Amino acid sequence: MNDVSKRIEKRRDSSMLGGGQKRVDAQHSKGKLTARERIDALLDEESFEEWDMFVEHNCRDFGMDSNRVPGDGVITGHGKINGRPVFVYSQDFTVFGGSLSSAHARKICKVMDQAMKVGAPVIGINDSGGARIQEGVASLAGYADVFQRNVLASGVIPQISMIMGPCAGGAVYSPAITDFIFMIRNSSYMFVTGPDVVKTVTHEEVSAEKLGGALTHTSTSGVADLAFENDIEALVQVRRFFDFIPLSNRERPPVQPTNDPVDRLESSLDTLVPHDPNRPYDMFELIYKTVDEHDFFEIQPDYAGNIIIGFGRLGGMPVGVVANQPMVLAGCLDIDSSRKAARFVRFCDCFGIPIITLVDVPGFLPGTSQEYGGIIKHGAKLLFAYAEATVPKLTVITRKAYGGAYDVMSSKHLRGDLNYSWPSAEIAVMGPKGAVEIIFREEIDDPDKIAQRTRDYREKFANPLVASQHGFIDDIIPPHSTRARLCRGLELLVNKKLDNPSKKHDNIPL
Amino acid sequence: MFNKILIANRGEIACRVIKTAKTMGISTVAIFSEQDAMALHVAMADEAVCIGPAPASESYLNTDNIVAIAKQTGSDAVHPGYGFLSEKSEFAAAIESAGIIFIGPSKDAISAMGDKIRSKKIAEDAGVSTVPGYLGVVEGITEAIKIAEDIGYPLMIKASAGGGGKGMRIAHNSAELSEGFQLAANEALASFGDGRIFLEKYIEKPRHIEIQILGDKYGNVIHLGERECSIQRRHQKIIEEAPSAFLDSDTRGEMGAQAVALAKAVKYSSAGTVEFIVDEKSNFYFLEMNTRLQVEHPVTEFVTGIDLVEQMIRIASGEKISLGQEDVRCDGWAIEARVYAEDPSRNFLPSTGRLNQYKEPVTSDSIRIDSGVIEGSEISIFYDPLISKLIAFGSSREVALEKLKKALSVYLIRGIAHNIPFLTAVISNKRFAEADFSTDFLAEEFLEGFAPEKAIGSRMGIFIAAAAFVRAKIDSRVNPVASNSYIIQSADLESEKIPVEVEVSWDSCNAIVNVGGSFLPLESDWSPGSAILQANINGVDHNFVLKENEIGLSLTSGIYRADLIILTPSQSRLYGYMPANEEPDLTRYLLAPMPGLLVRLSVDVGDVVKDGDELAVVEAMKMENVLRSERDGTIAKVNFLPGDHLEVDQVILEYDE
Repeated sequence: MNDVSKRIEKRRDSSMLGGGQKRVDAQHSKGKLTARERIDALLDEESFEEWDMFVEHNCRDFGMDSNRVPGDGVITGHGKINGRPVFVYSQDFTVFGGSLSSAHARKICKVMDQAMKVGAPVIGINDSGGARIQEGVASLAGYADVFQRNVLASGVIPQISMIMGPCAGGAVYSPAITDFIFMIRNSSYMFVTGPDVVKTVTHEEVSAEKLGGALTHTSTSGVADLAFENDIEALVQVRRFFDFIPLSNRERPPVQPTNDPVDRLESSLDTLVPHDPNRPYDMFELIYKTVDEHDFFEIQPDYAGNIIIGFGRLGGMPVGVVANQPMVLAGCLDIDSSRKAARFVRFCDCFGIPIITLVDVPGFLPGTSQEYGGIIKHGAKLLFAYAEATVPKLTVITRKAYGGAYDVMSSKHLRGDLNYSWPSAEIAVMGPKGAVEIIFREEIDDPDKIAQRTRDYREKFANPLVASQHGFIDDIIPPHSTRARLCRGLELLVNKKLDNPSKKHDNIPL
Repeated sequence: MFNKILIANRGEIACRVIKTAKTMGISTVAIFSEQDAMALHVAMADEAVCIGPAPASESYLNTDNIVAIAKQTGSDAVHPGYGFLSEKSEFAAAIESAGIIFIGPSKDAISAMGDKIRSKKIAEDAGVSTVPGYLGVVEGITEAIKIAEDIGYPLMIKASAGGGGKGMRIAHNSAELSEGFQLAANEALASFGDGRIFLEKYIEKPRHIEIQILGDKYGNVIHLGERECSIQRRHQKIIEEAPSAFLDSDTRGEMGAQAVALAKAVKYSSAGTVEFIVDEKSNFYFLEMNTRLQVEHPVTEFVTGIDLVEQMIRIASGEKISLGQEDVRCDGWAIEARVYAEDPSRNFLPSTGRLNQYKEPVTSDSIRIDSGVIEGSEISIFYDPLISKLIAFGSSREVALEKLKKALSVYLIRGIAHNIPFLTAVISNKRFAEADFSTDFLAEEFLEGFAPEKAIGSRMGIFIAAAAFVRAKIDSRVNPVASNSYIIQSADLESEKIPVEVEVSWDSCNAIVNVGGSFLPLESDWSPGSAILQANINGVDHNFVLKENEIGLSLTSGIYRADLIILTPSQSRLYGYMPANEEPDLTRYLLAPMPGLLVRLSVDVGDVVKDGDELAVVEAMKMENVLRSERDGTIAKVNFLPGDHLEVDQVILEYDE
């Protein structure tokens, strides 16, 4: 072997070893995989093509010039998930704690630029102590370069962030901009300022896990979408997730052949909605029995449970499902559920994924905490998202569709393409009792009269007839035929063409 | 013949009666509580009328309402089913006095047989063999001990008004007798409002064998052979069969003749059952007579070919029994398994909720299912937790058992806990297969309840092949060029986690699964989304119930289960670095073991409790369950109040750290 080849091999070996066996062992002892191992588990066997293995930082301060590792703390490249292309970067905590140097940032930017050109998603695996402090502002510039690309890529290619270790300070803003954030319980955390700073400034004592762990972000803040038990579980599931999304906004969502009949009838759905309008039922049953093969990938299951979002397929075509959940807060819309669903609707619209909306909503949650928290603007986000969406929109009202919440939930008035209702639907300004107490305020002291008025109101409005007389409901369908009708509708709408007026961009109420 | 009958019952038995009525061209009226508005029997009947709120006392036990509805709907007759009002002579009387026919025996026959002491006297007078004992009401403990010396120990202390095992006690000596006597009297008084107690010799290792009889209004009585119902848990029958593998034809004939004699003695006119206990030497003793259709009647119908409900209706309408005793045949073997909504791994606690997924085995000439539910039905806390009865018929006991086992393996129930794996375990038990059992069988063999066994050894190989097939089927659809190579290991923390290399290759539509070097051909028409995998693996048929999880698959097959982790080779190599999942420490909490009503809270915050102390009482399915402390500690927090409704696993109270 000639000298150059030897030098190449030496560098390659050095890059492959990362921060050395000791640090690799330390990473493993924390139950974490190394950057390369994560890529191996994520991508199809032997599909990974690595780029920039020889890149090194060019910092000369603080003795860094003698401390270089080829690759500089991030592995980048591309590979395949179930045969479909994807770009990947994976930060290596064993090399400089995975800290971000300008060289490290340039590697990330390179795969992002290429992903934009070819139209393929980017999965970023974050495991980094933060900025490469020795580089100072050059490191900060690197972050900003990544942010800028994240923003420009938003809505063009799907971007997924896996948080598999620390992600603190400015570093959090790249994942924050991406479409989905997946975290690992007990080994990952995200925060803008860490527990030490929190303690100094606010005198709060809080652990890193409690401040920004997977549980916090998937159930309290709603920053993250899914929490997993360990690295392998997360990587296996992100592969499953990947099968639902298109490669870019230039492609259609990936259709998966299925043996599940599109005209499958589910007679048990006829008894899903209980007779008592105040008794809850589990909306998941409708979702599971409607989508292909009971296969539903839920997003944000632990946050704002009063609305369910996630991906499924109808006749092989991926769809985004948004559904009120009567089991939680009676399925009402509040700040958290509005934000959760709005962002999901916009993701689906960006990438041409049809939206199925299942409605059982008694209205918006009342109260000072909601009003002070700005439910007006947050609720408006969901309204805005549905109204601007041009993908096929199919809606089924199972029970309650009251007040403004009726309008919001992908109604006909917001350009809903197919709006069905079950016979059990109640489409009205509000529930019979509330309505009567307003209309017949002067009779409020006479319980018999009020009861009669309530019965009358229920008779008139606690059904889908009035709404269908207006044409706001296209058809009243038996629950057992829901899958069949949605599949048929989707087949019809697959080539739907609708454009919003040309503009620089809209001004969604943030 | 009647034009219209009302069925004063719910669930599977209401559906059962409606079916026969339909084939006879009789229209049907169902009654239902508010809880049952969407129940199957309501949908099946020609008419249905709501009779009141969910609690049975306000609906299915409300005689006045039922009589009123029968009149209002113009029903000619009322079939009471079993349970509820079926053995209340007052109910029969109320129906008759409204000018409507009660499909069952006369009220006099019901009341004669309803009282244990009276029925035993009548039986003795009719020449029926009875258990040696004292038929009078025992006045007190001193008298009891004196009587006991005459009869001899062991003794059975029984409540005169008893039933379902309530108020029954066994005493082996005078000390146990004095203690048990008082307890039985108290329990009988509390349960039946009647504290009368009598004593009987206790028959050891008894088998429960009963004779089905049919009598008409003209004094004709025949018997339809026996059913053996020895497989019981706390006097609740679980598995029943006809004929009994134990009886010889002389004993059978003798029991039949005595049953007929007893029926004649009370002028019995309908279907009825005379229950006997039979000891190891084939001595049989009269136990009681059930003056109604039995839950387990289908096994008799299978072997005799006679529709008992049809016979009951014909007899009630005044027809004579068209069969003579010599016309009654007994061909083949029938076995019934009762599918209950109860959790064998949690001491058979009842489970309630919606049947999210419910697929029954396919019925045929040899598989019958009597059920009152369909997918989407609700098992509520208000009624009996019986989901269905699965009955298999075959030319021999072995054939019937095999068919029953197979049918159980493709029975899918999700949404609530059920006893299907337990039923499979019972009928797979060696002693059961050899018919070597008594009514103590379940207590002897399944004292701790039942949890599926872990698949090991070559059985594990079959499970792994099935799991790999399922996974490969999914993967090759997503990615047709997928390699279908996996490493599969058990997810079970206790078992050895030896990963096995598995590769699936396709031979037209069948698969060859290479499990660690042995090649297993696998044929199946399974497609993704189906929760049941029926596969022929290496020439043997296997059925699995599947449940996907984050990184693998759980499979249950018969009494075996396996939780498997299925990874690609590179994922599997790395899986060893993953930290072991720690089981959450639940000893600090008292969890609700079942859904139900919190009746009583026996402790308050700050109370110091000892292991075994009563903490709370939860009522579910009409049963009060005492929850006891399993540790010493101090109560730190109480999350519910008496009267609150509990869901399963809700934290009722918390201990100090």
